[in-house]
Amino acid sequence: MNFLHFILQNRRQVMELTLEHLWLVGVSTLLAVLVGIPLGIMIARWPKWNKPVLAGANIIQTIPSLALFGFLLPVPWLGDRVDRLAILALTLYALLPIIRNTYTGIRGVDPAVVEAGRGMGLTDRQLLFQVQLPLAFGVILSGVRVAVVISVGLATIAAAIGAGGLGEFIFRGLAMVNNQLILAGAVPAAILALSADLALSWIERGLRPQ
Amino acid sequence: MKAVRPTPFRARNLAGTHPNFVSSAIPDGLILEHMGSIASDLAIEFRDVSYTLPSGDRLLSGLNLEVQRGQTLVLLGRSGSGKTTTLKLVNRLLSPSGGEVLVNGVATGDIIRLRRSIGYVIQDVGLFPHFTVERNIGIVPTIEGWPKDKIRQRVQELLRIVGLDAQMASRYPRQLSGGQRQRVGVARALAADPAILLMDEPFGALDPLTRDELQREFLALQQKLNKTVVFVTHDLREALRLGSRIALMEAGKLVTVLPPQEFLRSDDPWAAAYVRAFGVGPAVAEREVS
Repeated sequence: MNFLHFILQNRRQVMELTLEHLWLVGVSTLLAVLVGIPLGIMIARWPKWNKPVLAGANIIQTIPSLALFGFLLPVPWLGDRVDRLAILALTLYALLPIIRNTYTGIRGVDPAVVEAGRGMGLTDRQLLFQVQLPLAFGVILSGVRVAVVISVGLATIAAAIGAGGLGEFIFRGLAMVNNQLILAGAVPAAILALSADLALSWIERGLRPQ
Repeated sequence: MKAVRPTPFRARNLAGTHPNFVSSAIPDGLILEHMGSIASDLAIEFRDVSYTLPSGDRLLSGLNLEVQRGQTLVLLGRSGSGKTTTLKLVNRLLSPSGGEVLVNGVATGDIIRLRRSIGYVIQDVGLFPHFTVERNIGIVPTIEGWPKDKIRQRVQELLRIVGLDAQMASRYPRQLSGGQRQRVGVARALAADPAILLMDEPFGALDPLTRDELQREFLALQQKLNKTVVFVTHDLREALRLGSRIALMEAGKLVTVLPPQEFLRSDDPWAAAYVRAFGVGPAVAEREVS
């Protein structure tokens, strides 16, 4: 296991890049949640926005990530700091699963429950916060899980524009045709993705009503 | 004959409150006279009501119907005859396309307030699965801002009323049987002591024994509480047993409104067809009605 040896020798740098990676993924996911959940709520309430919003998020998803990073580079304020740019791109990619799951989660709440709530005189806001969102929570969180796992993978590509993260090892390894270096980036990234997924599933289980 | 109709302003203030509560609170003799007319007046009135879907399908037309205070009006008819639509027009889950629906003498007002003053029970119960029985029953008092201990007290009282154990309060809906769930549904509808209760096939999904039990308890409860009830069913036996009057509906129209006894003897072809279909002979009928 040569690459383990490499990681141990360079543990400071591995640590640093992992934290950078976490920062990119964490901030972008947070932003995607802040934007995506309200958008999902909106299209669940006004279905005519459903098609355009989901289509927009879908189109973003189809843009190759390397192209999107390069495409955003010349944008004035964004291009000044590459981590800013990387975060924006990652946020855009994370939107689709979050919006879609928020929408399906709310739509999936038993219609009898919603009707009973409305019939008893709950306002739209009370219905949303006390009934629909709590019941949709599991579905929304699994959307966030998907978004995080996607982001951890995509964030490796952010290194191509110099935004740091574990992708640095991977790109360096590719350039130097050094498999150990590639693995030193890829394996921690994979571990990161798996543990984030696991952590979120724990949260999901913990918060589900027993 | 119609009693003197109160001014809309006055009546709006009264919408949903208990008549006893107001009459003792306001000393003015003139107003008291109005009170009297309201208290004995109609709880619900449909005036030439129609309801049309956005697609153009007409679900109800020319509906004229009155429900007296303290009465149980049963809307009887087959699937798609417009019973549920009629019911939902009362608590404004639907708005009439034509005509007006008066509740406590008024057709307008705050819809949220109106709904909180009307109990609503549906076949699928619609209990909040993430709330305990206690929170489910206490939902309207909670959003109305009752103090916590008063809600707790009320929930215990209601559990007794609908025949459930006090310790059920901490259970979740999925831990209950179908009959227990429907009891909780009824308790929830009664929580804020509404004068009007709307029930949409509440016992339709229950097994015959449980249904019989709940029907019997409903009758006992109704004798005690004296609510105005609109009850939807397609079951003639249930209609005969529970209704003060039976309104027969067919294809979005009201066919006839009759007390149970007369319904059985009616020579209206639809009513007769219904009686035949259920094979309710005179002997059976007498037993059901009494």
